[in-house]
Amino acid sequence: MTSIYGPVTDWATDFDHAEPEYNENLHAIWADLRQRCPVAHTDRYDSTWLPVSHADVSAIANDTEHFTSRGVVVSNLRPPESAPIGGAPPITSDPPFHHEARRILLPAFSPKKIDPWADEIRALCRGLLAEMGDADIVDAGRQYAQHIPVNVIARMLGFPLEDADLFREFVHAVIEGVNVSAEERGNGELGLDQYIDMQIADHLGREDADDLTSFLMNAEIFGQKLSHPHVRGTIILLLIAGIDTTWSAIGSALWHLAQHPEDRRRLRDEPELMPFAIEEFLRVYAPVTMARLVAKDTEIGGCPVKTDEWVLLPFPAANLDPAVFDRAGEVLIDRQENRHLAFGLGIHRCIGSNLARLELRIAVEEFLHHFPEFELDGTRPVTWSIGQIRGPRDLPIKVLPRT
Amino acid sequence: MRVEIDALKCQGHARCYALAPELFDVDDEGNAFVVGDGDVPVEFEAKARLAAVNCPEYAVMIHEGPTATPGSGK
Repeated sequence: MTSIYGPVTDWATDFDHAEPEYNENLHAIWADLRQRCPVAHTDRYDSTWLPVSHADVSAIANDTEHFTSRGVVVSNLRPPESAPIGGAPPITSDPPFHHEARRILLPAFSPKKIDPWADEIRALCRGLLAEMGDADIVDAGRQYAQHIPVNVIARMLGFPLEDADLFREFVHAVIEGVNVSAEERGNGELGLDQYIDMQIADHLGREDADDLTSFLMNAEIFGQKLSHPHVRGTIILLLIAGIDTTWSAIGSALWHLAQHPEDRRRLRDEPELMPFAIEEFLRVYAPVTMARLVAKDTEIGGCPVKTDEWVLLPFPAANLDPAVFDRAGEVLIDRQENRHLAFGLGIHRCIGSNLARLELRIAVEEFLHHFPEFELDGTRPVTWSIGQIRGPRDLPIKVLPRT
Repeated sequence: MRVEIDALKCQGHARCYALAPELFDVDDEGNAFVVGDGDVPVEFEAKARLAAVNCPEYAVMIHEGPTATPGSGK
């Protein structure tokens, strides 16, 4: 990939969320912007806005009149006008079509459909931990976090588990490959389309398979089978949205615990705190920043914005807004009041939130059980993802003796 | 105390169901509804408040009122 923009000169007027420096330092960058420029702007990607307050992020998430979901990943390629469906329905759809496209999927991701996956997820985590065995140094990102969501979504879709590496390449191209030309971006999307078409073809004739691919091929909207682009787009959504998001959340939680022995100890002694700790990790280390395109000229926090400009929706920045959260910058694993926006807000609330929470909780529980004491391995750096999904990628951990 | 879900605001985050399943349930699409008539037994009042302050959409409403035992949890 060839980056077309250079280093950032000023985060208020020339920011670039796809420069590695952003995800490495984003808490400091947002704190600085909150003080001097709560709605930042860049000319990059042909004009993009970055509001960091909870109020602005919430208002945009709930305003489907002035902001369209046609594009949700900021890049140099503006998605063609294919509303109301968009390339990956329902995340790229606008009302009223969005409502119907989402209703098809909701039952498959409701808590009562997701909770039964707990045993399989736990077995998967234990298998990965067993492979790490009693090593002194492990990579909690490469050997653990990254494998969990990929395996779960492959099983749910009925895709070959051995294609997991390929899925991660697709995700990398879609989410991280944004600072490239529109042409290069378009070619990357083509490869993903072809792979999904192959999987759909593979499901033909066995539509009774108990997986989400077959479910979508049989599903109906307005009394008719879903169109092929709709089936393919929704599968792309499920594949992309579920992987490095949850991977990032698991990695960030373990990155935090590696540096906070007091929190590890409390979670061991007071396991009833785990659900609150998980929500607090989601608040502070929320992995997902969404995006919109301006549909009609309007204002964000008093700044005029124009049709077809990009707007980033940094839910994690909203979660750190001191105007809404008490001791916002601190990680309090027993925080009781926590209306965080890690899964977004409004009609596009993350449809996989129940699954993500389940994977995150079980992954943390099992890791702490297998490795009660651990710290960052200072000899190798932690590396962070690029772009709108933020989490550790290399996460070298030194395993410590049990206390 | 009584609890109520504002169905127009609820987006299915399912926090209330996770934190207070005695008081809230979810339908097939994952959207929340109140179990029974919404009257909250005194022993679940703390859970009801917990559910309310963890709803990102402000869809869980608490009505402090006549069904609460006088002097409890206020």
